[in-house]
Amino acid sequence: MAKVSMSVNGKPVTGEVEGRTLLVQFLREGLGLTGTHVGCDTSQCGACVVHVDGRAVKACAIFAAEAEGAEVTTIEGMADADGSLSTIQQAFQDHHGLQCGFCTPGMVMSAAALLAENPKPSEAEVRDYLEGNLCRCTGYHNIVKAIMAASGQDVAIAAE
Amino acid sequence: MYAFEFDRPATLDEAIALMSEEEAQALGGGQTLIPTLKQRLAAPARLVSLTAIPELAGVCVADDGALCVGATTTHAAIAQEAAAHYPALAALAGNIGDPAVRNRGTIGGSVANNDPSACYPAAVLASGATIKTANREIAADDFFEGMFATALEEGEIVTEIRFPVPEKAAYMKFEQPASRFALVGVFVAKFAGGVRVAVTGASEEGVFRWTEAEEALSANFSPDAISGLSLAADNMIGDLHGTPEYRAHLAKVMTGRAVAAAG
Ligand SMILES: Cc1cc2nc3c(=O)[nH]c(=O)nc-3n(C[C@H](O)[C@H](O)[C@H](O)COP(=O)(O)OP(=O)(O)OC[C@H]3O[C@@H](n4cnc5c(N)ncnc54)[C@H](O)[C@@H]3O)c2cc1C
Ligand code: FES
Ligand code: FES
Repeated sequence: MAKVSMSVNGKPVTGEVEGRTLLVQFLREGLGLTGTHVGCDTSQCGACVVHVDGRAVKACAIFAAEAEGAEVTTIEGMADADGSLSTIQQAFQDHHGLQCGFCTPGMVMSAAALLAENPKPSEAEVRDYLEGNLCRCTGYHNIVKAIMAASGQDVAIAAE
Repeated sequence: MYAFEFDRPATLDEAIALMSEEEAQALGGGQTLIPTLKQRLAAPARLVSLTAIPELAGVCVADDGALCVGATTTHAAIAQEAAAHYPALAALAGNIGDPAVRNRGTIGGSVANNDPSACYPAAVLASGATIKTANREIAADDFFEGMFATALEEGEIVTEIRFPVPEKAAYMKFEQPASRFALVGVFVAKFAGGVRVAVTGASEEGVFRWTEAEEALSANFSPDAISGLSLAADNMIGDLHGTPEYRAHLAKVMTGRAVAAAG
């Protein structure tokens, strides 16, 4: 076991991990932050996407020890300071961008990374960016609409 | 996943020392290795992470104009930082997997792994790049030795890949629709001294150069130049995604498209 220290959602945390402990295990089992989901554990689905130093990564495909000293943001860190839903989260609710909600934490984290890089993406860019996020429920259109809306753009164009 | 010792050295010298220990294995971005460890298809006693070694990351331009890419430079960083100097390489990097994979996966890991469907090996071979390790330099033509096989010795660390920059180049990838790896991908690079064509995804032997097409394109750099050529299906991969004949045909089609895209 070795000690790791990082910042998670703005708070410094430390914990004991094995070399093989995945970041997602550390977050869920070590810190009790179960908002980050494990859909596949094979790098395909994107339900586990979190930000490490501002970049979207699959938390099932990075060891906790690799995040030593990093700033990690999870879905629990996405709400606004007063606890209300952030713009992206609210847009998912308004546009029915979720059904069972299992993929949603990863979708929101990917959407946030996209909008940080590209504040006014085209619909095609949104779909392309979500390549690694699978949803078994919505058929994606409402997720795309939600992200277009969160970027302050017209959602009518998102394919019907 | 079996347990292992984990090290994250800050210098190349420390990494080299750790890699000389029994059953040590390098860790790049982990986008291939972590799934492999989960399946227990690899069981190293020690993993040596290379991602905290500053000298291994980044893109620069050498005095002779070559593009030097550090082994732990991520696909996302190459997509950005190589765009001005070697756009075809940057475009290839920006189309690997998905954004989260590109934020972790590294060029060194991809090249060392030599997956028969990976994208970078085609760029490295077509560019006639040099693979640098801690103690030697290996020409791309000598590096790729077949599916998942390379000239790397046990414990040898790739430190940098040095790409001569062609006059014109393009990579065309026909995506396998589920994995988005290359069902067939072709990188065409036109240098003053001739054209090089490397095909990935198609052959049981891994990435290879299509020398007949190189000769035809060196004489006439246009898609028409290869219209009379064909690749034998003998050594091509056959699986549920495509027959050997289909892949041989696709390699020719993608070569033509790459030439057209390179302009
Ligand atoms: C969903 C998904 C989609 C993908 N799509 C594509 C695609 O379209 N095209 C494509 O080409 N790839 C694709 N990949 C693979 C991806 O590009 C990997 O990042 C890459 O193949 C391996 O790089 P890595 O840094 O993650 O290496 P790792 O997984 O860390 O290591 C891979 C192997 O290389 C060794 N290694 C790593 N670094 C070094 C080094 N510097 N020196 C010596 N040995 C080293 C390791 O020991 C290991 O054996 C995809 C992966 C995923 C998960
Ligand atoms: S759980 Fe990480 S990609 Fe599916
Ligand atoms: S809402 Fe159910 S998987 Fe996306």
